[in-house]
Amino acid sequence: MLCATFMSEQNGKGPMARAAGARARLAGEPLADALSTSNPHRIPSTVAKEDEHLLVAAAKGGDLSAFNELVSRYERKIFRLTMNITRNREDAEDAMQDAFLKSYAHLKDFAGDSRFYTWLVRIAANEALMRLRKRRPNQFSLDEPIPGENEDLIPQDIQDWGPSPEQRYGQTEMHEILNGAIDELSPDFRTAFVLRDVEQLSTEETAKILGISVPAVKSRLLRARLKLRDKLGRYFRQGEVH
Amino acid sequence: MNCQSATREISNYIDGDMDAGLRHDLEVHLHGCQHCTVVLNQVKMTVELFCDEEPVELPGDVRSRLYDALQKKLGAK
Repeated sequence: MLCATFMSEQNGKGPMARAAGARARLAGEPLADALSTSNPHRIPSTVAKEDEHLLVAAAKGGDLSAFNELVSRYERKIFRLTMNITRNREDAEDAMQDAFLKSYAHLKDFAGDSRFYTWLVRIAANEALMRLRKRRPNQFSLDEPIPGENEDLIPQDIQDWGPSPEQRYGQTEMHEILNGAIDELSPDFRTAFVLRDVEQLSTEETAKILGISVPAVKSRLLRARLKLRDKLGRYFRQGEVH
Repeated sequence: MNCQSATREISNYIDGDMDAGLRHDLEVHLHGCQHCTVVLNQVKMTVELFCDEEPVELPGDVRSRLYDALQKKLGAK
């Protein structure tokens, strides 16, 4: 996998015992307290991902505080996903809410043969895509012909980006640059890129969610990556700091 | 392999999704083509930047509405 740091984000720093203890303390609390908006992070959200199956099992059994922990653990990533797909805050928020609600309603169908997060991503992506297609029915194609051999893809601008662009920009600045670049992609390219490269879904899984063929996913992904490289080049060319 | 064909394969190369023969041809081309090598490295860096980016905190109002919705719809059961 290209991005070796991807899965490390969810790696826990706290010991399992501490997490289990925190959950035990929370288990007896009333639902209203467990789902409190004022303090949704009663349990450290950095608990080890290895305990995910315990939380899922507890949530399946009706433990809403366990489900609440899963929500608090993934809310940021799921909102990023729905925002990346819809590019509309209202739709992204609705898609996120419905994704969490549907995931709870269908937890009994979650077989556990993948990570809960991956399963959640599928649900959230479908919710977001449904809203995107509704809002932009003419800008989103279900499939597309694979471009011909003669289509010119060779990038023209290959100026040196210089050393480590990520060290030249602060976190907020970099976020704005990446956000602006992805915003300029067409929905077809953007959704393929987000599912494959940001969410790290397989090509096959991405094809299934988007309802297109595997070659079409690869085609869109290549073009998305080339276009993003081109857009980022505007910022990263050596000697240019915006 | 020419630059056009090499560009088409950049994405599969990054994903390790190509057969050994094609990979060899691409690597031979990359060895002699500075243009395609720069493009490959910049595409790789592009993917890494997006992949590495931490999601930002949920805006406070968005989080409030999320937990309100969960409370209302799941709590009512």
